[in-house]
Amino acid sequence: MELSDTDRRLLDAVAEGLPLVSAPYAALAKQLGMTEAKVLDRLAWLQRAGTIKRFGIIVRHHELGYTANAMVAWNVADARVAEIGARMAALPDVSLCYQRPRRPPDWPYNLFCMLHGRERAAVEASVARLSQQLGLDHVERTVLFSRRRFKQRGARYLRVGEAVP
Amino acid sequence: MTTHSDFERRLLDEFQSEFPLVSQPFAVLAARLACSEAAVIETLRALRDEGAVSRVGAVIAPHVAGRSTLAAMAVPPDRLEAVAALVNAYTEVNHNYEREHRLNLWFVVTAPDRETVETVLRDIAARTDLAVIDLPLEQAFHIDLGFPLRWN
Repeated sequence: MELSDTDRRLLDAVAEGLPLVSAPYAALAKQLGMTEAKVLDRLAWLQRAGTIKRFGIIVRHHELGYTANAMVAWNVADARVAEIGARMAALPDVSLCYQRPRRPPDWPYNLFCMLHGRERAAVEASVARLSQQLGLDHVERTVLFSRRRFKQRGARYLRVGEAVP
Repeated sequence: MTTHSDFERRLLDEFQSEFPLVSQPFAVLAARLACSEAAVIETLRALRDEGAVSRVGAVIAPHVAGRSTLAAMAVPPDRLEAVAALVNAYTEVNHNYEREHRLNLWFVVTAPDRETVETVLRDIAARTDLAVIDLPLEQAFHIDLGFPLRWN
């Protein structure tokens, strides 16, 4: 799908977050040199098209007590990765699930998921349950708990020099 | 961690997706929560300032507006803070975490195109003299609908 420059600037602005004021879309519109109606129309379209995957209040799990977060990576047979990935993604504790390339010898895993919990033991139990439910107990895996968050913010899609004033 | 009131909990929980696309969206939230628009805005500002809310905004689908990758590095422990700060300084880096593994630094690079992603990775490798493993998305299975919070 081709996105116009206007769409990119709008995506960048909404990824960064709405201003917390009574009429936030009008404020965005002013900043981007558009009308409020146009901003609302494009945002509705970008959501229907699937470019915007989710629009709402984005919470920080860590600050809400979800201090244990693990990235779990599995080495699943290529022929089964789509089926297992789809089933894994549907489990309630899984917040993200992706296929990525293996990079042997450093990294032999191709299926990733993210699990959040209030404590480490709960997340470990969740990994064990998930593994058992999906029949992955004999599949090679690694569990990477996060130790420190250095950065968490919305992505930016503009080229250098295109920044919104 | 701060304890949150029932009002704050509902605000955090019930509006993680399908945010209203109308002139005064916070008034719609206020109507649902039976409070004033000003209370919603003030509470959201406070939650943002304390860090519980990252933003009220959009999660963009990967690889539609641009390209991204998950990158990993094995950083010697005594260099981790300095390398993490160097990585953080790129505007293309939006997430960056230390994880328990030999590959101990994990970050996401997002840019308008794949060339820019690769340039950033090469630049980081050159400046740190460390290998950067590039793990671009091949297939996404999960549709992000937010995250139901459990309060105890």
